[in-house]
Amino acid sequence: MTQSTNFPAGSIEAVAFPCEGLLSDDLLISRDADGNLSLQNSSCSKAAAFFERPRVASSPKIAGQPADLSSAIAKITELFGKSRHPLISGLATDVYGMRAVMNLAETAGATIDHMNSKSSMKNLLVMQNSGWYVTTLSEVKNRVDLLVVIGTDVVSYFPRFFERVIWNKEAMFTENTDAREVVYLGGRDINTEPGTSPSGRKPDVLPCDPDRIPEVLAALRAIISGKPFTATEVAGVATADLEKLAERLKAAKYSVIAWTGSALDFPHAELSIQTITGIVEHLNKTTRSAGLPLSGNDGDVTAYNVSTWISGYPFRSSYRRGYPDYDPYHYETSSLLKEGEVDVLIWINSFNPERLPPASKTPTVVIGHPAMQFEQPPEVFIPIAVPGLEASGAQFRSDSSVTLPLKKLRATELPTLGDVLSAIEAALKAA
Amino acid sequence: MLIKLTGGRIYDPAHNIDGRVMDIYVRDGRIVERPGDAETIDQEYDLRGKVVMAGAIDMHTHIGGGKVNIARLMLPEDHRASPAVHTDACRAGCGHAAPSTLTTGYRYAEMGYTAGFEPALSPVNARQSHLEMCDTPIIDKGGYAMIGSDDYFLRMLAAKQDQNAINDYVAWILHASQAIGIKVVNPGGINAFKFNQRALNLDEENIHYKVTPREVLQSLTRAVYELGIAHPLHVHGNNLGVPGNVETTLKTMGAVEGYPVHLTHIQFHSYGTEGDRKFSSGAAAVAEALNKHKNVSADVGQILFGQTVTASGDNMRQYANSGHGSPRKSVLMDIECDSGCGVVPFKYKDQNFVNALQWAIGLEIFLLTEDPWRIFLTTDHPNGAPFTSYPHLIRLLMDKGFRNDMFAKLNLDAQSMSTLTSIDREYSLYEIAIMTRAGAAKLVGLHDRGHLGIGAGADITVYTDNADREAMFAKPDYVFKDGQLVVRNGEVVKVTWGSTHTVKPEFDRGIEKDLKKYFDTYHTMNMENFKVSAAELEDDGRGHVIVQECKGRREKTA
Ligand SMILES: [Zn+2]
Repeated sequence: MTQSTNFPAGSIEAVAFPCEGLLSDDLLISRDADGNLSLQNSSCSKAAAFFERPRVASSPKIAGQPADLSSAIAKITELFGKSRHPLISGLATDVYGMRAVMNLAETAGATIDHMNSKSSMKNLLVMQNSGWYVTTLSEVKNRVDLLVVIGTDVVSYFPRFFERVIWNKEAMFTENTDAREVVYLGGRDINTEPGTSPSGRKPDVLPCDPDRIPEVLAALRAIISGKPFTATEVAGVATADLEKLAERLKAAKYSVIAWTGSALDFPHAELSIQTITGIVEHLNKTTRSAGLPLSGNDGDVTAYNVSTWISGYPFRSSYRRGYPDYDPYHYETSSLLKEGEVDVLIWINSFNPERLPPASKTPTVVIGHPAMQFEQPPEVFIPIAVPGLEASGAQFRSDSSVTLPLKKLRATELPTLGDVLSAIEAALKAA
Repeated sequence: MLIKLTGGRIYDPAHNIDGRVMDIYVRDGRIVERPGDAETIDQEYDLRGKVVMAGAIDMHTHIGGGKVNIARLMLPEDHRASPAVHTDACRAGCGHAAPSTLTTGYRYAEMGYTAGFEPALSPVNARQSHLEMCDTPIIDKGGYAMIGSDDYFLRMLAAKQDQNAINDYVAWILHASQAIGIKVVNPGGINAFKFNQRALNLDEENIHYKVTPREVLQSLTRAVYELGIAHPLHVHGNNLGVPGNVETTLKTMGAVEGYPVHLTHIQFHSYGTEGDRKFSSGAAAVAEALNKHKNVSADVGQILFGQTVTASGDNMRQYANSGHGSPRKSVLMDIECDSGCGVVPFKYKDQNFVNALQWAIGLEIFLLTEDPWRIFLTTDHPNGAPFTSYPHLIRLLMDKGFRNDMFAKLNLDAQSMSTLTSIDREYSLYEIAIMTRAGAAKLVGLHDRGHLGIGAGADITVYTDNADREAMFAKPDYVFKDGQLVVRNGEVVKVTWGSTHTVKPEFDRGIEKDLKKYFDTYHTMNMENFKVSAAELEDDGRGHVIVQECKGRREKTA
């Protein structure tokens, strides 16, 4: 593929990795004259796969057959025009894409949900029910003296977490970052190697079966808040070890307790997150401590932020009543499809071509990454410019406090998500 | 397009016009001279008997950014009671205490407001703030960049860097965050809380930096002045909400050594410790000091009864208050070596002694402060009450009988602690126009807004005179934004996208060398990505960035 002269061979600094929650923006990308990219300064295999994926020629398709863009948009408009309850899900995009999603949803009376909502919702329910005390990545990088990780290795989701914010060489308020303490609490056979300090000091590991994490957290909370706790062990973790951890948390100047919604994969995980935030709340009576909910992959933090400022609610909300309506249990993609409550699905997936729409009998439209491949071709497929690769944009980071600009790194003929959705909306209004 | 507004009674304090009957002409979004007789008037509005003012300006309202969106996210129960349905002109939205961005813009316009300023724009979070404000239709907006607890600044103070270096950093922040002013919240206190300090008095040192709030205030008031920025340093003082904080407030006025300063939501900083409950009104002392210190202005942050949500950068104080939340929940954060935030839903009750007295204290400050050019009408939306309660607040100020009737319903102990009923003052329409238009524009530095002179942006509100001032101000007959009719009979008829006002003072870009090193070493984002460009705000066609003039860098003092 040839490139426009606006994108000559060269290298681009300060590039952010748009679909991973840490949104690391220290990447150096080189570009050849054909617009092929290569990652120059990071060993992150996820980032390399994203930027270096070979370019493919891709065009809109109707029922698997190549079509032009306007026919594809006309077909979607037809499906939406006769729909009584459309669902727009996936929502892997950026701020500008989400604005267009919200506009279309409002006009079409659609319901919205995100591909990662199952894990994100656990955190959102806690915010809405009790709230929490949390911190952000640069605070961790400069302040943390004791990191406790709950039920996850972190790096499966955020490969550069330890490199970026725990084992950074210099910190404003930690004289020697190598002395930072890391504790893995809960989970089995997790990769704790990244928690080893640069000088080789091993982290402490207190394993338990993932589904017994709630009990272990409840025991730790009881011990920290001075409630009587008589058992000698819980889920295989010795009470003495929990007591030691409790003492370390109380002695720490700035402890951070990190988790990810995805790894807490058991029913009512939001209650366990509440136990974590309860521990933090208790610690803050005498010292400083904060939670660190890690999320933001595939633009989920962006999706719930934009949706919230435009409609008042995060995803799993709907405009089908003519005003925004929120029901985190009802407006959930798989159950809406399974129960046949929606009659058309638009699946938006800008970043990872492997994230296919859920299989269902509901007519499905896919607007997404040009490399997406389907066993069962959707009614319509429209490939779009990927934000942070072929379109500029803005993306929210895991901690929600930072939004970074996304760069257009090469030219493309493909439309943006905003172009496509605005065209559908305009056609619906004209109809 | 030439529009004539015929025969309205004009209140334009910037030009000393107090209810004179005049015609106004509007062309291409601006107020113009009376055209020649040969010119055709394209549209005429008969405003005989109507009250005409410039569009109102809310100089302190939390409408965009991290903590506001957290408040929205936290309050599904509040939104459910206030859905905003789709209409011919408006998209759906919702919310009462923390409305969605679209609903915020529509509701402001429907009350005759044409601008609102986000007072706590955290520089690391500036991009989000602007994205939200750009999704807030019709009104103009802008932000005050919040510094003073950020580690970069405190490192400068601790290293005794000279004032010129501070000025360069302040200017750099204004550029990077596309802001129009500088705000400091609990000076140095948000930072101190990260080191486990639970309170910080004016002369108390941050245990890490050995810097006091007084030093923060002095260096920042001076920086803002020397850079020629119109809006004085916007100060949310130490000890918000603490009984006895009136002492801190009075000392703060003196601490700035004559430099211009704006003390925000001063009601929350005007508490004494008298009486059985050790909570009393400091309003008389505060108003007296305001009357005396001509370099000091304030907005009130009036509380009104009902459900709302408090959202502040002051996580030290919000943490202390989090147990009083209703419903009982709170989101608190330490943010990026930059700031913090605390969001706590709150319900003010007229039968609660403290709340009732807070209500009276706010009104006492309004009524005892003599110069309407230096006191501003705010509820610190949504902290004291949602902005939609402004018409009610205006009636309280303009109608003594109504005010006293409301007072009589309050908690009796609170009534016995207030002198409110002894104050006869009623604000005039002219004074309301100063507070909400001419004075606010002057304070923020909006040179072409808040007045109806030739060349001004045609942001104009037309009311039907009504002795019930709440009804009058709730539902203007017409609102024009940049010359376009956007509201008729209190309802939005056309949606436009307002502009974003900024200042861009000159500075020595050499400061970026050190900043880049700091970002590369300690931050988790690149310095270039920290900066928000005007193009990012203008993408998606949501209005323009306007650069308001700084009068130029003033003589440096040392
Ligand atoms: Zn405020």
